[in-house]
Amino acid sequence: MRVALFVTCINDALQPRTGQAVVGLLERLGVQVDFPAEQSCCGQPQFNTGYRQATEPLVRRFHRAFRDYEYVVTPSGSCAAMVRDNYPRIGAKAASEGRGRDLQQIAAAAVPKTYELTEFLVDVLKVTDVGAYYPHVVTYHPTCHGLRMLGLGDRPRRLLENVRGLELRELPGAEECCGFGGTFAVKNPAVSAAMGADKVRAVIGTGAEAVCTVDNSCLLHIGGTLARQGAPVRPVHIAEILASTEASTEGPEVPTEGPDAGTVGTEGSLR
Amino acid sequence: MSGTYLGMPAFPRAAAASTRDTRLRANLTHATHTIRDKRARAVAELDDWARLRAAGAAIKDRMLRHLDHYLERLETAVTEAGGQVHWAADADEANRIVTRLVRETGETEVVKVKSMATQEIGLNEALAEAGIRAYETDLAELIVQLGNDLPSHILVPAIHRNRSEIRAIFRREMASWGRPAPEGLSDSPAELAEAARLHLREKFLTAKVGISGANFMVADTGTLVVVESEGNGRMCLTLPETLISVVGIEKTVPTWQDLEVFLQLLPRSSTAERMNPYTSTWTGTTDGDGPQTFHLVLLDNGRTDTLADTVGRQALRCIRCSACLNVCPVYERAGGHAYGSPYPGPIGAILTPQLRGTAGKLEASLPYASSLCGACYEVCPVAIDIPEVLVHLRERVVEGGPVTRGGVRTVLKPARGHAAERAAMRAAGWAFDHPGALRAGMRLAARTRRLHPRRLPGPGRAWSDTRELPAVPAESFRDWWQRTRGEEARDEAARGEGSAK
Ligand code: SF4
Repeated sequence: MRVALFVTCINDALQPRTGQAVVGLLERLGVQVDFPAEQSCCGQPQFNTGYRQATEPLVRRFHRAFRDYEYVVTPSGSCAAMVRDNYPRIGAKAASEGRGRDLQQIAAAAVPKTYELTEFLVDVLKVTDVGAYYPHVVTYHPTCHGLRMLGLGDRPRRLLENVRGLELRELPGAEECCGFGGTFAVKNPAVSAAMGADKVRAVIGTGAEAVCTVDNSCLLHIGGTLARQGAPVRPVHIAEILASTEASTEGPEVPTEGPDAGTVGTEGSLR
Repeated sequence: MSGTYLGMPAFPRAAAASTRDTRLRANLTHATHTIRDKRARAVAELDDWARLRAAGAAIKDRMLRHLDHYLERLETAVTEAGGQVHWAADADEANRIVTRLVRETGETEVVKVKSMATQEIGLNEALAEAGIRAYETDLAELIVQLGNDLPSHILVPAIHRNRSEIRAIFRREMASWGRPAPEGLSDSPAELAEAARLHLREKFLTAKVGISGANFMVADTGTLVVVESEGNGRMCLTLPETLISVVGIEKTVPTWQDLEVFLQLLPRSSTAERMNPYTSTWTGTTDGDGPQTFHLVLLDNGRTDTLADTVGRQALRCIRCSACLNVCPVYERAGGHAYGSPYPGPIGAILTPQLRGTAGKLEASLPYASSLCGACYEVCPVAIDIPEVLVHLRERVVEGGPVTRGGVRTVLKPARGHAAERAAMRAAGWAFDHPGALRAGMRLAARTRRLHPRRLPGPGRAWSDTRELPAVPAESFRDWWQRTRGEEARDEAARGEGSAK
């Protein structure tokens, strides 16, 4: 099976190791992974801030990058939700403004083939044990878009429960938003920070060594808050946990350097 | 907090102040979590909840599509049953009508049933200007009124107050409004409720005019419905000689059969009860039973303008249950006052900018008062996709576009004050659509990464005041892919083979 990786702009620029983990994980499971270089941002920051028309070229770009693939897999619940929930809206609005139906067609093609990573593993590959090894105490924060827009349900949890060595700790108030919300974090910094502080308190209270999600954008916020407080809990993307094996406890191919490389990142020490 | 919403600051500023108020935060967290958990249990009892919810949305949508028809039908039915119907295009007109109607009775005091519509139009203040005193009779509204405060929740207007604050307000204020608080009043809920009961009873028994809203109006029969928990509503709706009801036009439902759906959806969503304690219905007037004069003031006040917007109109389905407030993480921390209207929380964030327009600073800031977490949509009993409407209204704020104001279709200009953001968003959009430029930028960022500051100046402080900045990695994913598996890597492998020959 051949899939296209939609790595997302945040991961491309700031968290390459997550993309590398997805590649390693899927290849280990016998999937051939392509990275269409034409891909870019899904357009969510623009769209959610109110700049719908500025999003349209990115919708077209998504289409050009992925049109030849049957499956598009992305390690981001939020970007998958952008494609699945909002691309059809963008198409419908463009059509209603008399600007043709092509964006609608593009959306209709993109929606059914775009999968968030854990969905792809559980629903398409039909695996819940990916053969991972991660000897750490972990708590899982279900991100809002994964939870409520995609309806990921217990897929991430089932995958985590099958990771050898991993002890999963329940996160109190797990379903409450961490307060990131894209531009919300800077437009309403006080409320965002208050939400982040409460989330981080719950995370620390679990005693876990790492907090994991299906979205690095939320982890930037949670991890940034943890780091600022000097808390010893590491933010880690679920892909990196699932990619870890006994053989790779040194970590996959990750350019780790310097102590500052992982202010928010997910350092090798946890692998 | 004084009793007016005028001149409220934009949401982020008001919210920043309330997040620092630890007592407010504690009151709100306790109250909202209790009610949200109860609601979840009450809803889980019904295995057809999803279908009820879909039916509720569909009934309201059908009603809204044919609103003109149902309103005329309602008017006919109310009139035939002995009521008088008045049409108010906006708040001022509604206030003028009600003031005139009260004056015609010769009374200077009225008792009120808790009503969102009369708060929306500022009726109490308008009546006060005309020398008419309005007594709120809902317990929480009473607390707000006595405290010269503003409501901060749709269902529990005094949710921001705890017991000891309420006791202090009762002891300080009750005497100047009527019967004083009993000697030695403690802060036990039973004693506080009894004090309110005694205080209010004399109002119920003397008032000649009652003013209410309504939860529903059945177009078919002209019947109005008030759903409540305390029984004060029943008193106000039955004891006075004159009853004046001010109701938003979207509260119409076509038939009694439709009402059945909402009488299941509302109590479970609102108070987490299977059924609310008091459901009062009245149809015009009845000889020798209840008020002998009944006026219905139908309030538009921005509703038909909202109806003209195909995305935003779903806000008019709202049955004011307040479930969305109780699950909202932003409401929980910002408190209700920050929303600058009687409609706080997620529903306020989409309703206020539509009813009032987005020209004001506060109104323009409301669509951004959300992390788009979707918890509100999940619990809304009439399936209002609040995040969808929020994003839709954000577009209206920053890009302008067609809107209807005062029944006239106009095209809004993009809001000033967003010019820098607009330029940044366009630049980002351009960069993301030009991966070559983007990649060069990322490489530059990677090369200079040791020079990046740990804290940002200016607007960037909004992030870095409480959070570390993400570190820029030495190599982007794109470059890693290119180096290890891209064409360059393959070419290199091929060249390697070539030179070995
Ligand atoms: S928007 Fe929905 S959840 Fe919120 S008050 Fe209205 S009906 Fe209730």
